[in-house]
Amino acid sequence: MARRLTPWRWAVLGLAALYFLVPLGASVVFTVDVPGQGVTFDAYTQILSTDGFLSSLVLSLELAAATIAAVLLLMVPAVVALRLGAPKLRPVVEVICSLPLVVPPIAFVAGIATVLKWGPDHLSRTPLFQTFVAIQNPSFPVVLVLAYVVMALPFVYRALDSGLRAIDVRTLVEAARSCGASWPQSLVRAVLPNLRGALLNAAFLTLALVLGEFTVARLLGFQPFAVWIYNVGGSQAQMSVAVSVLSLLVTWALLLALAGAGGRTRTASSWG
Amino acid sequence: MTAALTRADVAPTASVKRRRHAPGWLAVLPLLVFTAIAFGIPAVAMLNGAFTVKDQATGASSYTAANLSTSLQGPYLTALLGSVKLSAISAALAAVLGLPLAQAVVTSRSRALREAVLTASGVLANFGGVPLAFAFVATLGNAGVLTVHLGLADKGWDLYSFWGLVIVYLYFLIPLMVLTITPALDGLRSQWREAARNNGATSVQYWRHVALPVLTPSLMGGFVLLFGSAFAAYATAAAMVGSAVPLVTLQIADAISGNVLIGQENVALALSLDMVLVAGLVMAVYLPLQRRSARWLDA
Repeated sequence: MARRLTPWRWAVLGLAALYFLVPLGASVVFTVDVPGQGVTFDAYTQILSTDGFLSSLVLSLELAAATIAAVLLLMVPAVVALRLGAPKLRPVVEVICSLPLVVPPIAFVAGIATVLKWGPDHLSRTPLFQTFVAIQNPSFPVVLVLAYVVMALPFVYRALDSGLRAIDVRTLVEAARSCGASWPQSLVRAVLPNLRGALLNAAFLTLALVLGEFTVARLLGFQPFAVWIYNVGGSQAQMSVAVSVLSLLVTWALLLALAGAGGRTRTASSWG
Repeated sequence: MTAALTRADVAPTASVKRRRHAPGWLAVLPLLVFTAIAFGIPAVAMLNGAFTVKDQATGASSYTAANLSTSLQGPYLTALLGSVKLSAISAALAAVLGLPLAQAVVTSRSRALREAVLTASGVLANFGGVPLAFAFVATLGNAGVLTVHLGLADKGWDLYSFWGLVIVYLYFLIPLMVLTITPALDGLRSQWREAARNNGATSVQYWRHVALPVLTPSLMGGFVLLFGSAFAAYATAAAMVGSAVPLVTLQIADAISGNVLIGQENVALALSLDMVLVAGLVMAVYLPLQRRSARWLDA
């Protein structure tokens, strides 16, 4: 059976490889073979010195670090508690973590923009106004972290839940407790080490989400990495494509490293 | 959270039941409070704004369905329908093309091929947005490598069009389909195929009468998932076509940036509400389908 299918399989795989590899190859050719200049690597060598590259990349990485820390701090205790003693809350948490899938980012940012407009419109004489100004500080917009944590909830929930399904949390905690560990100790030293793969997976998906996020940041007027690529694309086509190719390669390397570290990479990314 | 757990710890004599319940609630509480603030307030603001119109003369606002009816008329309706059409066609194509690819991978005996394709799918399914748009502009855009070398422009090729967008969307939708359908294909047991063959069925008959009926819920679930993903996409379209193709996400972005008629400031929120309704419908169809297909996988 399998032998009879072989030519058919190679045709399918070949066509797929063609479709998925040609744009990548063509992008590299596009950045290297500039009309009128011949083969040049300027697009790559100039990236570092281009205005805004480093600052936008650093901003994106900072946002990613803050988002990962916040989303894990919120989600890890919650999902562990669901396993241990609050199974009745499971539907509540599941609904909360699927809400961002029902509200597309563009609709979410429309709501956020409306709320942020209340600041100058209604709250200018209250202490809340200072909060509104503070969370929109362009050098580190906390409002983006808030939005990204919400958007990361579905991925993080799936990653952590599938990780927890593979281990017997209750036995682990009870064993740790009978050995004299306190609650925080048993969580940090017995449960979390067993969740390493799931935590890495959740962190990676959040990192990928934040590094590539464009919609919310652009419409709220901030300039992290993806928005910078977009802005550069208007004037320096070669460089914007070069950065796009590099960002794909970096994502790829991260994912492969994660797969090597024992994380299961496909369960959680199935929501794209 | 630490505080919550320690409190239970200092009262070890409390009943097991109480000890488990108190930290349970307290550990979930921060998540609930956070979502109520970061998600709840913008959601309520959107809902409220979608039904509010501000009178220019008096500055007073009143509740009305005018925004919603505006959002379902003229250019806004065209954009909404354009988004639905684009998402439906790309999702259907990706489902039809992703199935044979997944099948080729699943039936392959090479473990390396399987891992490579699934890992690549994981990357590509998340490779939406600006970089994807630019990669395709470099390949098939007006000055793109393939366009120039193959002289596609003379043959009427235009990337910045509806079908151009479909081709770009397939780049992240097909991998998403492969990821979604692979578990279902793994669930097709070889005994079924053998039983069908022993009863004299051809390969086509096996697919027509056994495999496809079993796969139907997963296929439809996959289609709905892809539809939702394509429907919500904004960055790719914004970076690629600007506003050459009318899409609801582009209209919302335009309206948020202030490009609306006076008195229609809240039409962006009404359009967002339209999108949420469509996405909600998608989820309402997807979840039962997923549960139904899970029946075969667990069996």
